[in-house]
Amino acid sequence: MTVDLPGFADPVGGAQECFRAVLDAMARPGAIRAAACPPPAKLHAATAAVLLTLVDSETSLWIDPALAAATDWVRFHCGPREVEASQADFVLAASLPALDRLRAGTDEGPDESATVILQVADFAAGQRLRLAGPGLRAPATLDVDGLPTGFLAAWEANHALFPRGVDLILCARDRLACLPRSVRIEKG
Amino acid sequence: MIGYNFAYLDEQTKRMIRRALLKAVAIPGHQVPFGSREMPLPYGWGTGGIQVTAAVLGRQDVLKVIDQGADDTTNAVSIRRFFARTAGVATTTHTAEATVIQTRHRIPEQALREDQIIVYQVPQPEPLSKLEPSRAETRRMHALAEYGPMHVKLYEDITRYGHIAISYDYPVMVNGRYLMSPSPIPAFDNPKLDMMPALQLFGAGREKRIYAIPPYTEVRSLDFDDHPFRATRAPHACGLCGATDSYLDEVVTDDRGGRLFVCSDTDHCETRRAAGHVGEQAMAAE
Repeated sequence: MTVDLPGFADPVGGAQECFRAVLDAMARPGAIRAAACPPPAKLHAATAAVLLTLVDSETSLWIDPALAAATDWVRFHCGPREVEASQADFVLAASLPALDRLRAGTDEGPDESATVILQVADFAAGQRLRLAGPGLRAPATLDVDGLPTGFLAAWEANHALFPRGVDLILCARDRLACLPRSVRIEKG
Repeated sequence: MIGYNFAYLDEQTKRMIRRALLKAVAIPGHQVPFGSREMPLPYGWGTGGIQVTAAVLGRQDVLKVIDQGADDTTNAVSIRRFFARTAGVATTTHTAEATVIQTRHRIPEQALREDQIIVYQVPQPEPLSKLEPSRAETRRMHALAEYGPMHVKLYEDITRYGHIAISYDYPVMVNGRYLMSPSPIPAFDNPKLDMMPALQLFGAGREKRIYAIPPYTEVRSLDFDDHPFRATRAPHACGLCGATDSYLDEVVTDDRGGRLFVCSDTDHCETRRAAGHVGEQAMAAE
């Protein structure tokens, strides 16, 4: 087993900066923020940074088989419990998993839900999403290259569960954007 | 900073708080349980706010801490010094210069911006606590959005006093879904919660809850069509700066009934005085 060791050059400052990027992106759905650390094979810089920032031995993680090459790196740096997608706190995916099969939390504890860290190709082309909801003064748009055609229907079902539901952190290269369950999405 | 991790908390704890914060932002107004740590100051002194600030704060941040609007009270000074020591961050008393503002029981008079975060210290996060002592029951009430008892409480106020007799910690509905305690800010500040450009984070240390209001989120103070919410303030002008639109503290000045009404937001008052505004008492003293 070989592991690419580098994580954040500055573990404390790097995680803090990445967290603020995710926090700001979660608070302003569709806003694109920068986050990066040297990634292992298969992961983008932003994906790796988000994992280092949020995932540790207190959390459970499912890793998409398509990203299996990064497993050793994730184990070394984060050491999460590795579980089925339907049980996971964090779902690391290279393509959109079936959202309705992930943990959506309970009526009393909607926060006990999964966060999907979805690696996509880019925020420049692809599907144009029109976003509205908390965090947005006016509807915003987000272009995502890497979402399947059935995404809007899957999201509508997820949003309808509110306050239950899953939240998405989209990562592309050294950029990220978030789609909290509270956001309404239409075709842009 | 020798002997401490940056901003006092260890990284594992920060990650736990950060995960709770993200869920709190995704579910506006919902109280997320978190593993509140023992802090080097007692519960009731802002341990929840401090832990949220510690999880958010970075080296580039400029921190402002206020206690009832004032930068110069014991609680504000000690928390500001705590982070200056444990995180080495720059601090300020000027609202406009701050990137992170930790507050006990006030929202600054000056409107906050999109690039700012305000962290509230919360003693009791559960708005239903005085109506229903069981935590298990209030969780169920939030799950069902069963907020009738709070409306009954407001209605009983009207029948007894002729108006809703809540002057602080006035309950709000966030995003049309969750009943939320805005922490004991005066009802005067409630309108500022609504559609605020800044991200609002709430930390309750003893009660071990974190909640949040994203920017530009609807926050409505509970009321009735025929008894609409009114933000009240003492009907005076600030004795020092003459402001007629700020929230005022009443200060007893002697044993013969002397009173001085001054802005509770010290930075607001000082900024106005520096700009040449003079209140009645300040003029009389000169």
